[in-house]
Amino acid sequence: MQDTGLSILFRGINFLRLLQGLWVTLQISLISVGLSFIFGTLFGMLMTVKNRFVQAFCWLYLNFIRIMPQLVLLFLVYFGVTRQWQISLSAWSSAIIVFTLWGTAEMGDLVRGAIVSIPNHQYESAAALGMTKQQIFRFVILPQTVRRLIAPSINLITRMIKTTSLVEIIGMVEVLKTGQQIIDANRMQYPTGALWVYGAVFVLYFLVCWPISTLAGRLERKWR
Amino acid sequence: MSVDILLEYLPLFVQGALVTIKISLAGIILSLLVGLVCSYVQYYRVPVLRQIAKGYIELSRNTPMLVQLFFIYFGLPKIGLSWSREVCAVAALVFLGGSYMAEAMRSGLEAVDVIQTESAISLGMNRFQVMRFVVFPQAMAVALPAIAANVVFLIKETSVVSAIALADLMYVAKDLIGNDYNTSEALFMLVVFYLLILLPVSLLASYAERRIRYAGYGA
Repeated sequence: MQDTGLSILFRGINFLRLLQGLWVTLQISLISVGLSFIFGTLFGMLMTVKNRFVQAFCWLYLNFIRIMPQLVLLFLVYFGVTRQWQISLSAWSSAIIVFTLWGTAEMGDLVRGAIVSIPNHQYESAAALGMTKQQIFRFVILPQTVRRLIAPSINLITRMIKTTSLVEIIGMVEVLKTGQQIIDANRMQYPTGALWVYGAVFVLYFLVCWPISTLAGRLERKWR
Repeated sequence: MSVDILLEYLPLFVQGALVTIKISLAGIILSLLVGLVCSYVQYYRVPVLRQIAKGYIELSRNTPMLVQLFFIYFGLPKIGLSWSREVCAVAALVFLGGSYMAEAMRSGLEAVDVIQTESAISLGMNRFQVMRFVVFPQAMAVALPAIAANVVFLIKETSVVSAIALADLMYVAKDLIGNDYNTSEALFMLVVFYLLILLPVSLLASYAERRIRYAGYGA
């Protein structure tokens, strides 16, 4: 039987290497997601502060981060900041910094949206019941905000995992780069390797992101 | 940062910007078409095609554009589908954008109340007229903010085509950093040019969103 080229994936430790690369991808995503959720919550609360300077600062930060392609942000930190201040940042730390900055902006906007979407009468009714400010926040506002946040923030996780693929361009060895290495190392024996290896990377990303976004979609429908 | 270097770089970045704009325009127009077809197929519940559209949307939304691009540019030639860099870049952008546009339009179509269709039918309109004069205009009004957001998103996503050595803004900057080591100047120009392209588009998008919100209140 003629070799289809698919066997490139299972030759030696090739598949294991791809999975290791995927693990690097996921590590960067998960660390950035964790940090973004923490800083994003704080940033979101900061955005609801009624102070002109705070609001101007938040607006500028949010919109600059949002309007720039993530790849540009990555270049700004990996090449720009390092050059400007003569510090050495590894691709790994640059990636974490950039995705955290970006995730914080996106998460912050979700948190702000969720807080603002709680109608005023919720605060007023709770106050009329004699609750203190802390009690209102803890028992009335927080539970509703969290509920509104869960689906969009799970969606943000898949967006961040997908965006992590960009670190390949600044030279990190993650799943896509590992795929390239496997293709190059086996170019002679497997001329059609690119099809199968990139196909496999495609499927791996799908297998990671699809369950998460399906869950987000389901929660969204349930809690609408 | 030196002004002389900035001026020297200006024509290179203009070239890069033109490539970015060309790829974006082609990608966005074709994405709108793909999105329209997919959302209609789902709206009218066309058997088989509907499942294909659903599968495509899930596949496209849950994978990064860079991986889609590499698969199209490096993978597909192995089975005889070999295209130029430009075509591959546009194809990847459409593969990604089609599903985002389809989702935006589908939610627009679904937002139009059934009673609108029923009333239009009872007035004697045929299926095409119902879509053309009743459902489509209302659906697009609802979908416009999401479509505009997708346009901004797709222009941003074109930055990854530099990975297949297509000379867009990103590639020009990367090239100059590598060749001349004038990092600050190259990055400054990169940010300025992306702002020049993206700022008007995103302002237009938020303007459209506000207008549509006013229109909704009148109803």
